[in-house]
Amino acid sequence: MKKGDHTPMLNMRNIIVTLSCIFFSIHAFCSEKGILRWGSDANSGAPYVFRDAKDPSKIIGLDVDIIEAVAEKLNMKPVFIQNQWDGLIPGLNAGNYDVVIDGLEIIDEREQAIRFSDPYYITYEQLVVNKENHEINELKDLKGKRVATLPASLAYKILEDTGDVQIKKYGEEINAYADLASGERLDAVLLDAPIAQYYAKHNAKLKFVGPNIGYMKYGIAFKQDNNALRIKVNKALNILIKEGKIQTIIEKWGLWNPKMAEAWGVSVEPKTEAVGYKEYLRSMNLERTFIDKLKLYVDFFPLLAKGAVRTLEISMLAMVVAVVFGLFIALIRLYAHPVLSKLALTYVEIIRGTPLLIQLYLIFYGLPNLGIKFEPYVAAVIGLGMNYAASEAENYRAGISSIPHSQMDAAFALGMSRLEALRHIVIPQAMRVVIPPVTNDFIALIKDSSLVSVITLIELTTVYGQLASTYFDYLGIGLLTAAMYFLIGLPFARLSRMAEKYYSVNNKKQLKGVQS
Amino acid sequence: MMISATGAYISVKNLKKKHGDLAVLCGIDLEVTPGELTVLIGPSGCGKSTLLRCLNGLETLDSGSIVINGVALERSEDSKSIMKDFDKKARAIRENVGMVFQSFNLFPHLTLLENITKAPVVVKKMNVDLAHSQAKELLIKVGLERHADHYPCQLSGGQQQRAAIARALAMSPKAILYDEPTSALDPDLVHEVLQVMRTLDDEGMTQIVVTHEMRFARDVADHIVHMQEGRIVEMGTPEQIFSSPKDERTRRFLRNFL
Repeated sequence: MKKGDHTPMLNMRNIIVTLSCIFFSIHAFCSEKGILRWGSDANSGAPYVFRDAKDPSKIIGLDVDIIEAVAEKLNMKPVFIQNQWDGLIPGLNAGNYDVVIDGLEIIDEREQAIRFSDPYYITYEQLVVNKENHEINELKDLKGKRVATLPASLAYKILEDTGDVQIKKYGEEINAYADLASGERLDAVLLDAPIAQYYAKHNAKLKFVGPNIGYMKYGIAFKQDNNALRIKVNKALNILIKEGKIQTIIEKWGLWNPKMAEAWGVSVEPKTEAVGYKEYLRSMNLERTFIDKLKLYVDFFPLLAKGAVRTLEISMLAMVVAVVFGLFIALIRLYAHPVLSKLALTYVEIIRGTPLLIQLYLIFYGLPNLGIKFEPYVAAVIGLGMNYAASEAENYRAGISSIPHSQMDAAFALGMSRLEALRHIVIPQAMRVVIPPVTNDFIALIKDSSLVSVITLIELTTVYGQLASTYFDYLGIGLLTAAMYFLIGLPFARLSRMAEKYYSVNNKKQLKGVQS
Repeated sequence: MMISATGAYISVKNLKKKHGDLAVLCGIDLEVTPGELTVLIGPSGCGKSTLLRCLNGLETLDSGSIVINGVALERSEDSKSIMKDFDKKARAIRENVGMVFQSFNLFPHLTLLENITKAPVVVKKMNVDLAHSQAKELLIKVGLERHADHYPCQLSGGQQQRAAIARALAMSPKAILYDEPTSALDPDLVHEVLQVMRTLDDEGMTQIVVTHEMRFARDVADHIVHMQEGRIVEMGTPEQIFSSPKDERTRRFLRNFL
């Protein structure tokens, strides 16, 4: 029997060895091949972070080069995480990425919530007006005028301090300049000089006016308590600056300026070619024929399709949550104890009465404050699912209520329990009443899923924003994206019509034919 | 079959029921012996339908007792809470007591065959093939064998009501309650439904029928119960009720039909 005693011991040892192997390999992976997750917004993000017009699957820009150089120095693997401009800092604090780099100016207000690295770039604000405009020449001429800028930026603060300015908040720089060029909606745009250089300088309808405004330094942002990483990154940055690597990167993007030369005590003359900027200008000035555009669209297809798959995945999972949870709520509302029923009604009314966008923000950026943290994907499915569960519950309740109570009586009289009566008699009949509104909801859900781009997910609408701002083509790519949404929704509309037919009694009558 | 000491299969004692403030049943006493056909008559709103619905637990009772096949639904006058186990006992009663409704209440999403097999398969876990062959026999019995695959909306009212009786029979009840089974039918279709009930009577089925078909009552009923304003006014054999009613209200009520 000694042998028998021995075997389990061996197994135990094997298990321990295996477990420690797994543990140590994870540990090794984390420490040696560390990952540096950096958050940024590639939508209308030139010159910092934007899609390469030559190869739209690639993300390029000043900040991309900087963070990759830093990561290389730290022997870490940089991973880009897309998020909307407004959500970049909340996402950092919620722990969705380790740093933010997206032309963030180092300003006091931000210092309170986050910490910055040493500056990697120095610049100023640039005032841009329409070529026809001769009234506005400096900051004080802006009083009473409509001036666009990005929210939560230094330029915004400068405009506020100027007073009497009608500040127009734009999410995407490219649209601000487009509106300025059309001359209808805006009188001026005040934004960082690099942005003006990339989005306005080559536009013949616009001109730069006035002196350099302000003095601002860009930094990499960290979570307040992540001092360890901040110190490491600062060390790497300083070495890179000394080596001249940062200057080379800045020159590559045509952004080297006297303020920088002064701050770092080097020559104003650039040492290398602005290859990145020139390439960008070339792609901007490219006159694309219709055929060229079509070819481009074909190139976009894999990117858009990837976004569409993500959209479809999230929508379908969310719909499963909505259907199951919605049916549960509907049954509670109809048949449970009055207290529970009231609770279910309260849920429906609160969810219905608040915007989905706010709910997504609460789940993704709010709940981490209470220690509840979801992956973006999970948060999207829960957010959409819980939201649509409320309207599903109402659909089902209406459907079940529409079946006369005499059907329930008949089922009871045959000895069925309430559950059996619901399952076999009431719900199958309610189905055909409920299918059209449920289909409506599902198609609405597919479209609403575009809102999850605010929680770092790259789905169809995110891809559209990035591509359109890279190619200045909101129309063509917009139509292409709309067509994708339409195509995603189409099979479900068809399926619904088939299901409606299946559940319709009238149709059965035609199928079987009246023989009497 | 469990019968009471007095030989009754269904026994009702001092049954009272209110809908809100309106007293619908004000102390009903009734006994039905196995194999009998009892007809409930009386003007609309006299509580006949409520009494039937109480008998198989579709309505709760306020006080009194109903005993069917040894299962008792009871409630004393002062008890406020709904009876314990009411649902369980009601289901026990429904196992033995079928019901046929005025508006048939067939399941519109199912064929006649499915209408008949659904409850045996779901409730009694009957084998599907067995349920099918039983359902086909029942359809033959009510004369609808050609309509097994039809949906209720494809049938006439009389056919639907016969199907509803077959559906009730599929659960092998000891008694069937009919709530105005022919009131929703065209006059020329009434006969075919009554014929089925006559056949069941011949086979010894216990039946309670709420109806205005006085000729049927006179020809087939063993007992006739006349109700007014929630009370039993008079009961007796058809001869007693139709030929020599003791109560003035019965005489006046019957005058409307003859």
